[in-house]
Amino acid sequence: MTAEQVDEVTRGPFDFDIRGSMRRGLLLGLGLVFISLAGLPIGLDTRILIKPVLSLGYLSLIWLPFISGWASGTETVLDGVATTKRGARDLVRGGLVGLIGGACLSLLVLLMNWFDLRDPLVNWAPPLSAILQFDRSIAFGVLVWPLLSAVLSCAGAGLHIITPKIRSATLSAVLFTLAMAIFETFIVDVADFLDDKLYGQNGGLTVMSAIVVACLAFTVSAIGLGRRVATARVNYQQSTGKTKASQTTMLIAIAAITVVVVPMITGKITQELFANIGIFLLLALGLNIVVGLAGILDLGYVAFFAVGGYTTAVLTSPNRGPDWPSWVPTLPWWGALLVTIAISGLVGLFIGAPVIRMRGDYLAIVTLGFGEIIRILFLSDWLNGYFNGAQGITNVPPADFGIIQVKGTDPRSVFYLVLVFAAISIYVSWRLERSRVGRAWMAIREDESVAEAMGVNTVNMKLMAFVVGAILASFSGAVFAAKVGSIFPTSFLILVSIIILVVVIVGGMGNIIGVIVGSIVLIGVLGGPKQPGLLAEFSQYKLLIYGALLIWMMLRRPEGLVPNVRRSRELHQEEFLQDAWLRGEIDDDANTEEVDS
Amino acid sequence: MSHLLDIEELNITFGGLHALRDLDFHVEEGEIVGVIGPNGAGKTTFFNMISGMVRPTSGDILFEGETLVGLDPNQVTQRGIARTFQNVRLFANMTILENVMVSQHCRTKRGVFGSLFNTRAFREEEAEIRRYAEEVLGFFGSRLVGYRLEQPASVLSYANRRRLEIARAMATRPRLLLLDEPVAGMNPIETAELTRLIGRLRSEWGFTIVLIEHDMNVVRDVSDRVVCLDHGETIAQGSFEEVSSNSDVIEAYLGRPLESKK
Repeated sequence: MTAEQVDEVTRGPFDFDIRGSMRRGLLLGLGLVFISLAGLPIGLDTRILIKPVLSLGYLSLIWLPFISGWASGTETVLDGVATTKRGARDLVRGGLVGLIGGACLSLLVLLMNWFDLRDPLVNWAPPLSAILQFDRSIAFGVLVWPLLSAVLSCAGAGLHIITPKIRSATLSAVLFTLAMAIFETFIVDVADFLDDKLYGQNGGLTVMSAIVVACLAFTVSAIGLGRRVATARVNYQQSTGKTKASQTTMLIAIAAITVVVVPMITGKITQELFANIGIFLLLALGLNIVVGLAGILDLGYVAFFAVGGYTTAVLTSPNRGPDWPSWVPTLPWWGALLVTIAISGLVGLFIGAPVIRMRGDYLAIVTLGFGEIIRILFLSDWLNGYFNGAQGITNVPPADFGIIQVKGTDPRSVFYLVLVFAAISIYVSWRLERSRVGRAWMAIREDESVAEAMGVNTVNMKLMAFVVGAILASFSGAVFAAKVGSIFPTSFLILVSIIILVVVIVGGMGNIIGVIVGSIVLIGVLGGPKQPGLLAEFSQYKLLIYGALLIWMMLRRPEGLVPNVRRSRELHQEEFLQDAWLRGEIDDDANTEEVDS
Repeated sequence: MSHLLDIEELNITFGGLHALRDLDFHVEEGEIVGVIGPNGAGKTTFFNMISGMVRPTSGDILFEGETLVGLDPNQVTQRGIARTFQNVRLFANMTILENVMVSQHCRTKRGVFGSLFNTRAFREEEAEIRRYAEEVLGFFGSRLVGYRLEQPASVLSYANRRRLEIARAMATRPRLLLLDEPVAGMNPIETAELTRLIGRLRSEWGFTIVLIEHDMNVVRDVSDRVVCLDHGETIAQGSFEEVSSNSDVIEAYLGRPLESKK
């Protein structure tokens, strides 16, 4: 907080915007009812987090009052404006919000007993009632929810009262414990000796181990590890020139060693997870060039993934369609890869040529269409003799490199192969961004007409972005074919395009690190269109969460988790200019000297 | 055909509106021509047409004896015509240096492979692009160089944005420079300075210049020849004195005296 606080005003415990808090409480209630009726508590109830206290099903409900309570107490701190002293007022406000929210849930419990709405709402049924009533009487459920919700909301609001140090320690204790419980499968897969020490028999932390983990996290955080990391980060960001370069090299080296070493010591689940992240990372890096750098909103990016996958399958599998002429050879995987690159580049050119002359929304819609056309072509009767329609191409052999064979049953090998391609893709993005081509893309993204008037051949440059993107996607397709061992049209639904786009947007459009973070967070934690992530339990609600996350990001942080400097400038033009003005960087015509006389 | 730019019988209609009508216009190598006219006279349309952003309905535009009609804006720029915009249109989120570097696009050629393999030719070309960019920016004194190079164009003051626009056009290495109201919104001191700079653009950089301008002092000071447009037609041509005393021009700007309406 850079703001210099003038002083604090003390206000009475009931001196707050009651109407606003009630509105917030109703919103909370709406959220709780929505989550209940969407079925999260039922679907996730069997997954025990802390035995016997907490299941993932209940967690899906109780996090919301906590966050609402916290949010009810956040205040904008302005330079020179007095802040309100924290205290009982925050607790009362949080409690009110929670009480109203919980009351909505109580109402749901009552309504579920009085009416039967199972027809439109599938989850309006006894299992949900049982969960909402904690397997007891109706009255118990009706009474407990407002109380529980108010307590949690108070606790959330209470975070504003305690000192920042204790706050961060408490938060890290809670979050770390929850993470340990939620990511149980992953943690056991990485370090299976922890299994019987931490977790109970049917999964879930035991109460004892939960307490131990929480205390440990609290202590570590209180010692100040987190702050030290933060300081190091700030130091890194502020360092310049040679120091920064050497620090960057070191960071990259550490990251590289980590990603190479970790899969060696973990179990299959983690390796599989890494491989899936890698495949989508490849796609996201390619799309990042098209959308993030050149600003071409391509909603049919999956087409190039499909072309890559199918070309590799056709050229390696004995089960390709019968109509292929005999001169189309059957190649080893790496041979097929070269052809795949060439073919997808050409397809990129063919699709791009008509599409690229359009701009903005029109272009997005047309790419959406082409994405579907490609998939439907692979599915069609017309090309059935080549691509086997819905049966797909099976028996794609593993990628054979002599020493190692890359195949789906050995996810570690897939991951290392992906890693090589990811390194290539990252290098390509990084080099291109800092070149004449990259500058032209930036200019096109900023103002296409002006870029053209300044001599940039916009059609060629946009086509180039399209083709480079297509080739990067085909890498992913080729690896995918070898990994899965079969290729079906259903692997290339429009959903894939959307999810890759969400990865790029949430991660941070135009920023390579952002794209990597986006893939890890979204594909790793939530999972891809068909691939399970760490939260395999959530797979049913994946799209719900994707959607909610996307909306939240658009409202709160449209530049993504790790933003590209230029894009965040674009999106926060006013704040940026204000900051520049505060730093005295805005120039003033008054004090500029004359050039000649 | 010794003119640098030769416009013959040019017409453009937008629906029923005849934006330019039978326009004949030429620019000699090394000339500075001022284009004046009241609002809506077709001056900017005239620039848009030369720079390829709007296609003429009929007529021909010859640059160095070759037609420009049908070329895309980037091809026109490549031929050697650069322009600025009346409403400053910089790449606001690119740095000042990048703004000037990107406009050398059509004069350079290293593509994907050069940058991927960081070839010698690529590195040399990048260094040359940067050097030339700084040279162009240096033309405007210390305002656009130094620590400003790495700042986004959006932090610049209005006058400096106009200067950067000119620098960006200069960096395309044109023979003909089209300046659309270069001093609009500048104060008198800045205007006087830019007027001198426009003169130096010809004498030192060898550009031929056509400028649209409403500030008559600027037009008088820099132009060898003045063309006045009104309702898409040339109503007067010649030296500033001739044009400024032409009764049609006065009428276009001020309206007809009341008594002559009778």
